[in-house]
Amino acid sequence: MTTVQVQKPNLTDEEIRYAVKRLGREPNEVEWAMLEAQWSEHCSYKSSKPLLRLLPSKGPRVILGPGSDAGVIDVGNGWVVTLHIESHNHPSAIDPYGGAATGVGGVVRDILSLGTRPIALLDPLRFGSMISSHSRWLFDNVVRGIGSYGNCIGVPTVGGEVEFDTSFERNCLVDIVCLGLGRRDELVLGGPSRPGSLVYVVGGSTGRDGIQGASFASRTLTERSDSERSAVQVPNPFTKKLIIEAILEAVDEGIVQGMKDLGGGGLACGLSEMASKAGMGMEINLDSVRTRDPGMRPGEIMISESQERMIVVVKPKNEEKLTRILDKWELGYSRIGHLTKDGTLRIRHHNQVVAEAPAKFVAEAPLSPRSSRKPSYIDELADAPEPTIPEDLNATLLALLGSPNICSRAWIYRQYDFEVGLRTIIKPGQADSAVLRLPNSRTLAITTDGSSKQVYLDPYWGTVGILSEAFSNLVATGAEPIAVVDHLQYGDPGNPEVFWTFKEAIRAIRDYLKATRVPCVGGKVSFYNEDTQTRTAIKPSPLIAALGLRNARAPKIESALAKEGDDLLIVGATFPELGGSEYYESVQGLVGGRVPKVNLKTERQLLRAVTKIIESGVVEAAHDISKGGLAVSLAEMAIQGEKGFTLDLDKVPTKTTNIAHLLFSESKPRFILESRPRNTPRIMRRLRAARIKAAKIGRVQGSKIELESHEDPLITIPLSVAAEAWSKTLSKTMDSAT
Amino acid sequence: MGEVAVIQYPGSNCDLDALEILRDVLKARTDLVWHKDLAHDDYGAYVLPGGFSYGDYLRAGAIAATSPSLRIVKEAAEGGKPVLGICNGFQILVEAGLLPGAVLRNSTLRFVCAWTRLRVETTRTPFTNRAERGQVLEIPIAHNEGRYYLDKDQVPNLERNQQIVFRYVNEEREPTDDANPNGSVDNIAGICNQTGNVMGLMPHPERASLEVLSPDNQADGRVIFDSMIRALRGTGG
Repeated sequence: MTTVQVQKPNLTDEEIRYAVKRLGREPNEVEWAMLEAQWSEHCSYKSSKPLLRLLPSKGPRVILGPGSDAGVIDVGNGWVVTLHIESHNHPSAIDPYGGAATGVGGVVRDILSLGTRPIALLDPLRFGSMISSHSRWLFDNVVRGIGSYGNCIGVPTVGGEVEFDTSFERNCLVDIVCLGLGRRDELVLGGPSRPGSLVYVVGGSTGRDGIQGASFASRTLTERSDSERSAVQVPNPFTKKLIIEAILEAVDEGIVQGMKDLGGGGLACGLSEMASKAGMGMEINLDSVRTRDPGMRPGEIMISESQERMIVVVKPKNEEKLTRILDKWELGYSRIGHLTKDGTLRIRHHNQVVAEAPAKFVAEAPLSPRSSRKPSYIDELADAPEPTIPEDLNATLLALLGSPNICSRAWIYRQYDFEVGLRTIIKPGQADSAVLRLPNSRTLAITTDGSSKQVYLDPYWGTVGILSEAFSNLVATGAEPIAVVDHLQYGDPGNPEVFWTFKEAIRAIRDYLKATRVPCVGGKVSFYNEDTQTRTAIKPSPLIAALGLRNARAPKIESALAKEGDDLLIVGATFPELGGSEYYESVQGLVGGRVPKVNLKTERQLLRAVTKIIESGVVEAAHDISKGGLAVSLAEMAIQGEKGFTLDLDKVPTKTTNIAHLLFSESKPRFILESRPRNTPRIMRRLRAARIKAAKIGRVQGSKIELESHEDPLITIPLSVAAEAWSKTLSKTMDSAT
Repeated sequence: MGEVAVIQYPGSNCDLDALEILRDVLKARTDLVWHKDLAHDDYGAYVLPGGFSYGDYLRAGAIAATSPSLRIVKEAAEGGKPVLGICNGFQILVEAGLLPGAVLRNSTLRFVCAWTRLRVETTRTPFTNRAERGQVLEIPIAHNEGRYYLDKDQVPNLERNQQIVFRYVNEEREPTDDANPNGSVDNIAGICNQTGNVMGLMPHPERASLEVLSPDNQADGRVIFDSMIRALRGTGG
């Protein structure tokens, strides 16, 4: 059993000295436990905070940016959407089902904290190689965990992505993006509360699960981590569903003054952050907290991360209204205290004050300055020699289509209810982004992207590439990017080389968002994704979730080829950029080379031009060119539309003559557009006017995938063969393996 | 008082969806009714929506089937009023004994969300009177426990009584194994009681009642609600 460690808090010597000095005395056992939780990297962002402030976060649509439970974006007519991303990496590494499920629960609470209804989930995931039975076990149970939780609470999982790489063998990355919807005038922004307002804990009872979860997540995994299952919380999606409905009913009645989800760090974090934000104190009586075990010690109650709990603050006159709603939904609740003027967080237990400290002091950890150093491997790997081109390019393309990093994701998304809520217009697998109906007749595109292989080789350009791909995904459905949230996942920040890669990602996100004038409205940092068994950190893994807004009249554009005889156009130039590509990594077995760079000067203009063209209704199908390059993107469109195509590679705008570059380079941003021949000149004119490289390179026809160069057929594959390779990998591997 | 009651159980999650379609698309006067508040048989028709009532604890639908609201639903059913159970609502009706058989865990042992083709097997019910026999409707499913089960020797009875309302079929309108997403006996997707006024189905017609939500832009699910409202108004309900 895990118990609170009294003797030596998991804090640095400097932090311990700072705490003693600020408090003017040695903190007691309960106070140390609270500080340990709240000052963990997980809760305090003590290593990353100064850098995160560099990201552009303002914009005409931004109502609330970073630093709150979720970003809030105005989508018009009095409606707002909220967006947040969370990971649950450490818990999922030892209990994939429970860890992933509670990961969904956590981010849903963040969206709910603002008084908005969660309406969509996305799940960017990272695992080790599928050859490993351990990785398959993690993958299977993570998908089951996300499905069982999201499906039960009635929030559709509308998108996601998955990457397999051996660096995630022990540390899988399980991220969940949640989107919320609400009325602007009903937002719960936790504004100024009044002394005397009442503090309620609503939902589940408090137990010993998830004790020290935040500090567990702020350490590297060790061979003993399997014994730390008590640090993983227990999911209860049914209770969560009741909480969602009850809270939204209370929000509708206008009685919620403030709200906070109880996640990492439990009551210690929730109460101190809430009081500190309101500039107040709190008087809390732990005897009123509903516990599962009467013997729980005050420190344990304060830092338990038991799931399905929310703090709700109401005025005394609204107490009865709140309890009536909670009684209807048969939820547990208790009043545990009230707000005070003096700014002190005072915790009582059995009629004794067991902790007493300024809320602001608890809530704000001293920053941890970190040093950084460029890792030496980066320059070495960039200069990898060009490998020889395989003779059988048919086999190469089929191998890429069947690669776990590229193949159909149907095995995953079929396990998720992606329809509930009646909003999902473009569903998983149909296009580059999911598209959701909004109540104001506009539609919203949402996507999430990562590319750890490319970020590993070049932390700056790899991160820029992720953003460019995310935006391309939005644009391919005719949406205009309006906001992002990021999630930055790394190894131990105390390692200067790890920290350098983190800083590069921040620099990349800042530069890209400035160039495209899109704000970052929130995010998350997860360090210590490494384990002492293999002594390796994960590949640096920044992720982006991006949101785009579509006009009411924008057509529903999917990526499946639509009609025989249509033209195929490529937009964007192709460069020899194969570093971190699927062709290098999975076909050539090569980790190295130059990753795609993005022209930040022209990016905004290019994306806008493509959005406008798609919006205007002259495009029949659209797909961005990403993993696997041009050949794979076209093959995917053909397989989905059950229509073949012919393509002349000589027409692709590029300076390279290397066939492998033409076929498999992952240069971005690039798009394939399908158009009726009569519309092609119009599209080309508009692209030329915007000085964008583009060309008509092929036609939809027949039932084969045919790519040629200099009138030589390079690749000829019957559609049915390509479809077989692309569609079966995950189900074959996951449902036949034991 | 409305024409239709959508009954909300703790854990229902398609209640608002059914409400939206009935109110905004079918223009039927529809109330969302908390299960404990349903004290009298005042409505013309009842919809038990999809979701995870009581978290699917014990068995899907088993706990909700003991809700006092089922007494009212039974009374309405005996009075000949239309009662429609969608997904979890189907499971509740089976658990409450209003429909025969059982709904078991999918044969794949996995949750499945997908668009399916349903063949209309009878138009004698108040939910299919505006459809044509043999017509194929594209309507999605999303469930973990949707395998309809009945002892093999009882299926002919069900067939004879015209209690099989929908079957999962392939593109050729044939009820093949490939077209069966969950292992249901005889590809059964929806059934009704002997009198035809109580129907349960695993697919979600409310998710196929707006053109924009359907992959083929056809609102095939609407015919089920259309039929129900017509039957309701035709009988003066």
